[in-house]
Amino acid sequence: MLRCHNLTKRFNDQPVLLDIGLEVPRGSLTVLIGPSGCGKSTLLRHFLGLLQPDAGSVTFDGQPLTVDRIRAIRHRIGYVIQDGGLFPHLTAAGNITLLAKRLRKPQQWINDRLASLRELTHFPEDALTRYPYELSGGQRQRVALMRALLLDPDVLLLDEPLGALDPLVRSSLQDELRDMFRELGKTIVLVTHDLAEAAFFSEDIVLMRDGRILQRGSLHEMITSPADPFVGEFIRAQRAHQVPEGGR
Amino acid sequence: MKRKRLTLTLCVIVTALFAAAAVAQDDPIRVGSKKFTESVILGEITTLQLERAGVSAEHQRELGGTRVLFNALLSGDIAVYPDYTGTIRQEILRELELPTLDAIRAALAERGLRMTEPLGYNNTYALGMTPEKARELGIETISDLRDHPELRYGFTNEFLNRGDGWPSLRDAYSLNPDDVTGMDHDLAYRALASGSIDVMDLYSTDAEIAYYNLAVLEDDRAHFTTYDAVFLYRADLPPEAIRALNELAGRFDADRMRTLNKRVKLEGESEIAVAASFLEAEFGETFQYVESTLASRLRTTTLEHLTLVGVAMLLGILVALPLGVLAARNAAAGAVILGAVGIIQTIPSLALLVFMIPLLGIAAPPAIAALFLYSLLPMVRNTHAGLTAIPPSLRESAEALGLSPPDRLLHIDLPLASPSILAGVKTSAVITIGFATLGALIGAGGYGQPILTGIRLDDYGLILEGAIPAAGLALLTQLLFNLIERLLVPRGLRLSRSGD
Repeated sequence: MLRCHNLTKRFNDQPVLLDIGLEVPRGSLTVLIGPSGCGKSTLLRHFLGLLQPDAGSVTFDGQPLTVDRIRAIRHRIGYVIQDGGLFPHLTAAGNITLLAKRLRKPQQWINDRLASLRELTHFPEDALTRYPYELSGGQRQRVALMRALLLDPDVLLLDEPLGALDPLVRSSLQDELRDMFRELGKTIVLVTHDLAEAAFFSEDIVLMRDGRILQRGSLHEMITSPADPFVGEFIRAQRAHQVPEGGR
Repeated sequence: MKRKRLTLTLCVIVTALFAAAAVAQDDPIRVGSKKFTESVILGEITTLQLERAGVSAEHQRELGGTRVLFNALLSGDIAVYPDYTGTIRQEILRELELPTLDAIRAALAERGLRMTEPLGYNNTYALGMTPEKARELGIETISDLRDHPELRYGFTNEFLNRGDGWPSLRDAYSLNPDDVTGMDHDLAYRALASGSIDVMDLYSTDAEIAYYNLAVLEDDRAHFTTYDAVFLYRADLPPEAIRALNELAGRFDADRMRTLNKRVKLEGESEIAVAASFLEAEFGETFQYVESTLASRLRTTTLEHLTLVGVAMLLGILVALPLGVLAARNAAAGAVILGAVGIIQTIPSLALLVFMIPLLGIAAPPAIAALFLYSLLPMVRNTHAGLTAIPPSLRESAEALGLSPPDRLLHIDLPLASPSILAGVKTSAVITIGFATLGALIGAGGYGQPILTGIRLDDYGLILEGAIPAAGLALLTQLLFNLIERLLVPRGLRLSRSGD
């Protein structure tokens, strides 16, 4: 569904992505992980055409991201970022339905979509008229998710969607998110810096460092046969933070 | 495509505005006057006299100095105004060195202008001092000033610079004072009385000479020539108007003019009342004229002021917002745009007003153009600042959503920048209200008019009549914008600002 080939990107002559090749099959859930600055968010933004590669190519469903096609492709991708990226001047409902309204979807269709998404994300109806600053962190992420899902896209890209939440909210939302992902059955790419979270969501983990992909596989594979000394190092460092209770 | 249409609309609006102004200039004969009392009285007399002859006329009072009036006459902005032969010979057409009245007439005719016979009095220049100071230093003639370079001179700005004024006087008498200041003629009388200057220039028909009992210094080298009052008018005036003007020739003398000046400046009569009584005495007819009341004056000045500010701000907003958006979109264009509007702001306001006269004539159009140019900076800068301050994450969210560029601008960028943009419009409006008072200097009217007249007549009541409404309007505008802010700035943004 999503594919990049020999993708290289430089910021001020500093390479941030080097010769990346990645294929995300339809209906799969892939997690990009790595230390901060490894290029995982940059890679995600290439799939949306927010950044143009200096070399290599990106395709969506077999089509390159050309200027005339990019908006139609973006309508088939939902995108959620760390603090939600909600527009502060619009209510929750305003944020969710903005695009559909601009595309002149029938009001009834919009209302139906809003109702079913509210159910999916367990979002209280009376909070729809609130502004982002009046919502809790968890509620904001639910709104961001509804906004991303309104047009029923094929692909969902999530950049640290739980990164700004406190631990309690975070763990309950993790459970909910995993259920939602299963129910939706969409092609999903999730970026996180938390190994436990990565393993919780998927068997298909892509570990990156300094703009390169070091290893792709399940957590188990990375523990048993690390492709690079850094893989082991990264896993040990992450595990030292966890409460030792013997893995999931 | 949209931008093209906007530019087109703007052009149409601007053209329509100037066309309207041009049509308005067409109808009655416009009489001009300089910004001192005698000229204003003569302007009122001319206007009444023209109407007496059945010619519709309108008085553009206190337009400024000689250059402004003469150029307005040349361009047809006004059709007639009073001036003095000495001024024409020594200042306006100085380089021609015209020896006689006939030579002046010939030179004027080449420019499509005519001159009436002299009105009957000579209003020449003189220098004056307080009698105490003159006696104390033993000064009786201008030559005596040479021994006292320590005296402080306060001259009319025009006298200070014009060819027949201070430069040639200084050379003729080899004067070399330490301290020469330019100031308003009416303020100079007060400066002299209060002792902050010692010597000033006088017009010989000034009513204040007798009032302050000033010592008039003898022009012992006969430097000042004669300044016979005349009317200058355009050759294309209708014959009945020309006849009416010439009918006034020879009907004045210096004493009479001094009395008319005194009645306005020292006894508080209005120029129109004095003008009407003069014509009644001359022609034995009574005149219907409307003496202005506080309410009627306020109505006129408020309407004029609101028009100046309103039209300038409307054009300003229509131009500044697109410029601000463009500046925020493109860094190179932004540098050029912000630089250009910044430079406009550094042009002194008076200079900008005067620059506009050759392009747009006198009265409202040049004032509106100048106000428009000044209004740009706060609005362009705040639009630019508001747009560039939008967090990158929000701009990227809008882009990732797949909104079209116009939708992003209208539904995301502009609403997010709206508090800053509105603040810019508010600043601009308040500044423009204050600055518009200067429009009176080039005949645009507004609250500046009573201030200017008040300074001329030493009438604090009149000054306040302009100053208080101007300040009130600025306050009202501030309040109005606070209200608009409440309506226009999305509630979600106001929450975030109080919440942070």
